[in-house]
Amino acid sequence: MFHWIQKRFLAPKAFYRSSGYFLPWISLLFILCFSYGLISGLFIAPADYQQGDGFRIMYVHVPSAFTSMAIYLVMASCAVVTLVWRVKIAAICMSCSAPIGAWFTFLALITGSIWGKPMWGTWWIWDARLTSVLILLFLYLGFIALQSVMADQQTRDRTGAVIAIVGVINLPIIHYSVIWWNTLHQGPSISQFAKPAIATPMLNPLLAMIAAFILFYVVILFLRVRNQILLRKML
Amino acid sequence: MNFSQIINMGGYAAYVWPAYGITLAVFGLNLFLALNEKRRIKKQLPENNR
Repeated sequence: MFHWIQKRFLAPKAFYRSSGYFLPWISLLFILCFSYGLISGLFIAPADYQQGDGFRIMYVHVPSAFTSMAIYLVMASCAVVTLVWRVKIAAICMSCSAPIGAWFTFLALITGSIWGKPMWGTWWIWDARLTSVLILLFLYLGFIALQSVMADQQTRDRTGAVIAIVGVINLPIIHYSVIWWNTLHQGPSISQFAKPAIATPMLNPLLAMIAAFILFYVVILFLRVRNQILLRKML
Repeated sequence: MNFSQIINMGGYAAYVWPAYGITLAVFGLNLFLALNEKRRIKKQLPENNR
């Protein structure tokens, strides 16, 4: 069973072929979600009763923060698969995810900072949520730096995997930071357990944007992984 | 909303537009980096591997 999955989907050749097939469709879906999210988020969703039109920054801030954490989770999952089953494509996915995750974390920090200035009166504050997200950025950058100094591919993959798994501890800290500590940052508005604390016309563009950001990550990941398959002459 | 209201963003224009601008720039940069890498790799590979 495992060998069948391995040969059919996880072998570099199979991955190259299927990712090439799916890329245009995922890109199309991304463009649809992104344009709907942008247009309705910027122009159609009603202004917030407290923050006015300033709340529209949410439509780029929340998706980038969510995606930056989701990417780390993908990275750590790939790390486990790399260490346990030695699947080559998992190690490649792990390494290719790191720069994309770093960019999304950077985006979450910058847009959050731009949002913080008019609403909190400051660009930056060393509180639990902001600091733990900054640590996430350093985890990504540390992972990239560590892998870049290693020459041997196997050492690169295994050391990177260990670092990625150790860093997972930061994800629950980020998530619960707004509950555990007193912070300027607001609590979550969407949770899987409760009804969303946000009105439907404001929520729909947000969900579309989250989907768009995730899809964009998949597009860039596929492009980068395909590059690596070519570069390492695995076809 | 009319056009000037959209540009003005209820007084938050100086924050909303840069946030979206940076997002679009980061997306564009990521796409460029990935495609540029592909172009570079294909250039150094022999014909039959393309």
